[in-house]
Amino acid sequence: MRQYFGRKLLIYGLTFFMAVTINWMIPRFMPGDPVAGMLARARVTQPEAVEAMRAYYTNLFGFDLPIWKQYLNFWAALLHGDFGISVWVFPTPVSTVILGAVPYTLALMIPAVLLSWVVGNRLGAYAARRKLLDNSVLPIGYVLTAMPYMWLAVILAWGLGVVAGIFPVAGGYSFAMRPNWSWEFLGDLALHWTLPFASLFLVALGGWAIGMRNMIIYELESDYSNYLAALGAPQRLIRRYAFRNAVLPQITGLALQLGVLVAGALVTEIVFSYPGLGSLILKAIQNQDLFLLQGTFLFIVLGVLIANFIIDVVYVVVDPRTRAGMAGAAA
Amino acid sequence: MSLTVTDLKVYYRTLKGEVKALDGISFSVADNEILGLAGESGCGKTTLGKGLIRMDGRMKHIGGTVELDGETLPIGDDARMNPYRFHKVSLIPQYSMSAMNPTRKIGKMVGELVRSRGVKLDRDELHARLDQVSLPREVLDRYPIELSGGMKQRMVMVISTLLNPSLLIADEITSALDVSTQKAVAKALVGFRDAGFVKSMIFITHDISLTYQIADTIMVMYAGKLAEKAPAHTIVSAPRHPYAQLLINSLPEVGVRYADKRLSGIPGSPPSLLDPPSGCRFRDRCPLAFAKCAEEEPPAVEVEPDHFVACWKA
Repeated sequence: MRQYFGRKLLIYGLTFFMAVTINWMIPRFMPGDPVAGMLARARVTQPEAVEAMRAYYTNLFGFDLPIWKQYLNFWAALLHGDFGISVWVFPTPVSTVILGAVPYTLALMIPAVLLSWVVGNRLGAYAARRKLLDNSVLPIGYVLTAMPYMWLAVILAWGLGVVAGIFPVAGGYSFAMRPNWSWEFLGDLALHWTLPFASLFLVALGGWAIGMRNMIIYELESDYSNYLAALGAPQRLIRRYAFRNAVLPQITGLALQLGVLVAGALVTEIVFSYPGLGSLILKAIQNQDLFLLQGTFLFIVLGVLIANFIIDVVYVVVDPRTRAGMAGAAA
Repeated sequence: MSLTVTDLKVYYRTLKGEVKALDGISFSVADNEILGLAGESGCGKTTLGKGLIRMDGRMKHIGGTVELDGETLPIGDDARMNPYRFHKVSLIPQYSMSAMNPTRKIGKMVGELVRSRGVKLDRDELHARLDQVSLPREVLDRYPIELSGGMKQRMVMVISTLLNPSLLIADEITSALDVSTQKAVAKALVGFRDAGFVKSMIFITHDISLTYQIADTIMVMYAGKLAEKAPAHTIVSAPRHPYAQLLINSLPEVGVRYADKRLSGIPGSPPSLLDPPSGCRFRDRCPLAFAKCAEEEPPAVEVEPDHFVACWKA
């Protein structure tokens, strides 16, 4: 057991190291000069003043150091929890900017991922081996899962937002409001949350339902199901066993899908101008804000890694075969 | 008379038509009798075994009756058959290695299965049965993957016979085992019968020599029909049907060196059961075939007490 988790942690550590390195490289090798952008925004005309400001900013962000030193400094700062200073909303620290956006993204992602997984699995399991339900769940599932997140998002925003006028189409809350803990604000928050959530939920739902339906059919055809049926066990018992075994690959699927789901959430946020990490990434790119971009990516990488690790632990709990493999099978 | 099968016909529905896998077979198995069912692949052994307990979706009950302890089994009706399963008729499947749910501890699974059939699990009885097949009681706290193939096989045997069924169908249960384990399994089956856990048994195999070790009666099938049925020693020492004769002759003998003398088989292969030929189905491969074999199908005749042969020449 300890060896298993030790190995897992080592792999996660390596992944983290690689991700952080690539993360650091990407914005730095992007074309464009963030300092020039800041100077242009400042609209200073005197050449000496411009030079002085350039020297100040370059020094502040550490761009005057050799590239390897910048890399080492980056790690040193990172280990102190310092993500640097944002260029876009200078001089706010990147960590503050990100922490402001993270609750929105989490509030969108966690329910969408978990609910779509749970509901999709139930739906798929019900559909398997029930002709009528199967004939509707399967095609709908295929259509949903084949839909790009942003496309469904645009359709929902247009249909339910613009035409029907039920839901607002943009923002995390009404522009007329200020964040506070009143019921009115929370209701407004929920209203703005519904459409982005629905688009994420629906697309993921289709994929889980189809996967589960196929797995259940496979399990119901398996030897242990046949044996139980030959001994006259009720369908309820057979289906319960089949569901439990069919869920295992779905858990692995969840681990594999997490990255895709995060990416989908980011794009969806942009469609709805939802003030989460996705919108932040767009802003960071538009403003050549390397530090913000790098910080956001880092946050996402961390999130995906942690989620994967949790799934690894869950898997060990639910599948006795992985446990037996670790302990060395007893004859 | 424990089990009586009369003119049983079970066909497979396929896109090309009906495959007549079991085409009018009649026999009976007495109380405390072990019937060995032998024949080559595709002769209808497994179809017969499945037909007696649970048909799969492609199988169709065309005609004939099955009577167990005086009751007619509704074998064509999956729902009405259910009360008989496990209580009256039970099965040790071909696939014992994968017959248990891999993610449930064996003891828990057995408990859930037995309870689902409306019976309270008798722990002591279960332990006694495990002792009988020399399995340690700890297996109940293990998962199936933690058991060896032979252990899984014995565990499934214990599960299948737990409710003392009248009829046990053992379908090719030794084909995946090595010879010494085969012997242990065969002995355990005889032990189950002797202990009264099962009344009668149908032991399906293509291994005639193993059948001879444990069966009281051997029934040889060919192309969905009965070829010969007789007490075990009669089939082995004095078979009457040409197919049974050739089958016995093709077995290797102790003391003969097959480097000098080639072991003979039966030339040819069984006919297609999609559209079987008229008359005797074995005639194309039969050295004794004559005109009448093509015209008329030989009925199974009791040539001496308990010895049935379906051949015009027997």
